[in-house]
Amino acid sequence: MIRPHDSIIVQTLGRFLIPVVQIFGLYVLFFGQYGPGGGFVGGVILGTGMILSVLIFGHDASRSQYTKNVLHGDGVGMLIYAGVGGLCMIGGGEFLNYANLEIPGLETASRRSLGIVLTQIGVAIDVAVTAVSIVFSLSAEEIIEDSING
Amino acid sequence: MIFTLEIPLLLLMIVTAAGAILVKDLMSAVLLLGSYSFFLALVWAWLGAVDVAFVEAVVGAGLATVLFLLTLFGTAPEDTRLRRPPPSLATLIVFPLLGILLLYAASDIPGFGDPNSPANSHISPIYLEQSYQDTHTLNVVTAVLMDYRSLDTMVETVVIFASGIACALLLRRQG
Repeated sequence: MIRPHDSIIVQTLGRFLIPVVQIFGLYVLFFGQYGPGGGFVGGVILGTGMILSVLIFGHDASRSQYTKNVLHGDGVGMLIYAGVGGLCMIGGGEFLNYANLEIPGLETASRRSLGIVLTQIGVAIDVAVTAVSIVFSLSAEEIIEDSING
Repeated sequence: MIFTLEIPLLLLMIVTAAGAILVKDLMSAVLLLGSYSFFLALVWAWLGAVDVAFVEAVVGAGLATVLFLLTLFGTAPEDTRLRRPPPSLATLIVFPLLGILLLYAASDIPGFGDPNSPANSHISPIYLEQSYQDTHTLNVVTAVLMDYRSLDTMVETVVIFASGIACALLLRRQG
């Protein structure tokens, strides 16, 4: 159980910083095709923003409700990634061969580019949810109470 | 010229790594480990591996430090100071020998940026030449990771997913 931070400076800075961190995470996620970045790093940054809100505002704050809801998305990233592979198979090709994505009006290279974007979103969701879920597991109430009592 | 930044960075890495091992307070060890990851990220960036540097800075210096600190706060406060027994005789003999063996093996590594090394001559030129025509992706690392080696990346994603599930199963005790 994480309690809200007492300091007004930390809370104000957090209110300002968390949206910036999230926007930067999305930027890194979608900039991965043009420079350093990509799904893994973008997902970690997105997850870190949510972890920051839990660390500053505590478990029970209304701002952390969003982070708790994110936990229901465990496995969605895997579903997107493997789903793109399945769509490629439906399109008549090998698993994860993005050239077989059934999208009219796109040439082969653009289809592969689109496949890269979709799978990167899948990786980002998976990594972000995993990071948040590990933090929630580590800060569960029972552990701390047990360590204080025994 | 290349040594002007490398040697101070490597020295800082050695100092922070040794400090993380030798320091008594676990909290200080965690923070030193985070700074070690940051210097390692600088070394990666200096060597030209910007993607790896990004991951190292974000995961090693950012997320892992937070997870270590949460673990420390989750355990009892008196645990944060550590008593280490002096190293045994076998450790003192085996580890320097292992270090000498590794240094001996390191003399066989091809030079940095050697165009004839196996890593640079087998399949990398094909990726560098054709990845833009094949995938319309400017970043070759992303093209290799997410397109040419997509199945590997999918299994890595499965590993991350499994680690999150395992943490939840091991750490959550509510019925």
